[in-house]
Amino acid sequence: MSAILLRVRNLTKKYNGFTAVDGVSFEIREGEIVSLLGPNGAGKTTTIQMLLALVSPTSGDIEIFEKNLKGHREELLSRMNFTAPYSLLPYNLTPKEGLTVFAFLYGVRNYKQKVKFLLDEFGLSELVSKKIGQLSSGEQMRLGVAKAFVNNPKLLLLDEPTASLDPPTARELRAKILKLIRESSGAVLWTSHNMREVEAVSDRIIFLSRGQIMADDTPRNLKKRFGQEDLEEIFITIAKEPVSESS
Amino acid sequence: MNLLHVLGIFYRNIILIRRSVPKLFALFGFITVELLLWGFITLWVQTLAPAGAASDFILLILSAFIFWSMFDLGQRSFAISFLEEVWSRNIINLFASPVKLSELVLGYILVGVTQALLAFFYIVPLAFLLYALNIWDLGLYIIPFFMNVLIFGWVLGVVSIGLVVRFGPSADILAFFIPFVLLPFSAVYYPISIFPPFLQKLTFVLPTRHMFEGMRTAITEGIVPFDSLVWASTLNLICVLLGFLFLYWMLRLARIKGYLSRLVQD
Repeated sequence: MSAILLRVRNLTKKYNGFTAVDGVSFEIREGEIVSLLGPNGAGKTTTIQMLLALVSPTSGDIEIFEKNLKGHREELLSRMNFTAPYSLLPYNLTPKEGLTVFAFLYGVRNYKQKVKFLLDEFGLSELVSKKIGQLSSGEQMRLGVAKAFVNNPKLLLLDEPTASLDPPTARELRAKILKLIRESSGAVLWTSHNMREVEAVSDRIIFLSRGQIMADDTPRNLKKRFGQEDLEEIFITIAKEPVSESS
Repeated sequence: MNLLHVLGIFYRNIILIRRSVPKLFALFGFITVELLLWGFITLWVQTLAPAGAASDFILLILSAFIFWSMFDLGQRSFAISFLEEVWSRNIINLFASPVKLSELVLGYILVGVTQALLAFFYIVPLAFLLYALNIWDLGLYIIPFFMNVLIFGWVLGVVSIGLVVRFGPSADILAFFIPFVLLPFSAVYYPISIFPPFLQKLTFVLPTRHMFEGMRTAITEGIVPFDSLVWASTLNLICVLLGFLFLYWMLRLARIKGYLSRLVQD
């Protein structure tokens, strides 16, 4: 069995009496692509932000590459990366400059080679003279994903990576992400509201609702368990289910 | 300490200065206009002085102006470097990267040093051309004063970052307001003897007061005011420690309360 890259145990985040994430536990193994699904406010983004050490958990543990995130923040973050539509690259830099900055921030020594590779791979080479702020939202999204690969991450957190892309571009980007992550034997935690996308990429799906995990299984097993062929129907069913009393 | 991380912070800010006209204006434009303003005021004040007055107003006021500008620039450079990340919604990317707080601060210090040196070596010859001000008349001990001025500017820059982290992007106005608030109480253009007695006692804790009072003593009396230098450096050191503790505390609070994600939402 492949190694566990991420282990989350009883992760809880409370804000002034409101429980955003409630005792969440899961694991992600090497090579696995796991989707984190849930309605708005389910706790997906808070979970991802805790995994990135942007938010401190109220309780619980996060172990990445068998080390506790709390005591090894910089070391672990240097082997991870992420992208999200709410976190853009600096609008006043060109794509090449933006990627170069992040290559430095992630300690990439052969940065020129890496930046050129990413610009070519994500179809951004033609846009090198444009400022990031002048790019379309789809181009900015591709750049965000390119940035997420700047350090060959072993663990990638993708928060709606294809949110503003048209279907063909989204499919192409998904294929690139899968190719690059498989080449590096990494793992991905992927959030999306596009159920077809989730089904196409996921080895496993974790459903979150009101901060709690309602289901954690392969797409096939989930369909069997809920007697539904459509993931969207499962999503709606789970979102309506009552959460356990502990919350 | 990973120097590539520091280089990333430095590179990100320097490329902006290199090609942004508004940033070049912020660096050279304001200081030029202010030099003209203070220069003309000083020329006029000099005509009011009794004949044979010993004071060199040009050296007194314009050198104070140049040093205050360096302080102001140090603080502004620090605060704006951070605010750039907030304004461009890049702050989450930055804090999710493996950059340590010390590397972030060192990167901003390098940006600040570069900007201060560019501004200093621009304004000093300009002041000489326009008003025959030779700042080197102050002697070599301007170097420790200059360093103290810059370091205190950075400390207030660190505090500004802490305030933005705590109160969100709308607190950016505080970042620009802090040096302005300190200006009247730092004895930049007048001696502390002008202050009422209670204010003289109250302002003792301000490193800037000792820096500028010391510089003035050096110009008017021609002696190196070591006590001012020692007080300025000691208080500065305390402020550096308090400034870093404040920023560290604010970031810790931000991670607990979720303020960092608010920085891209406000």
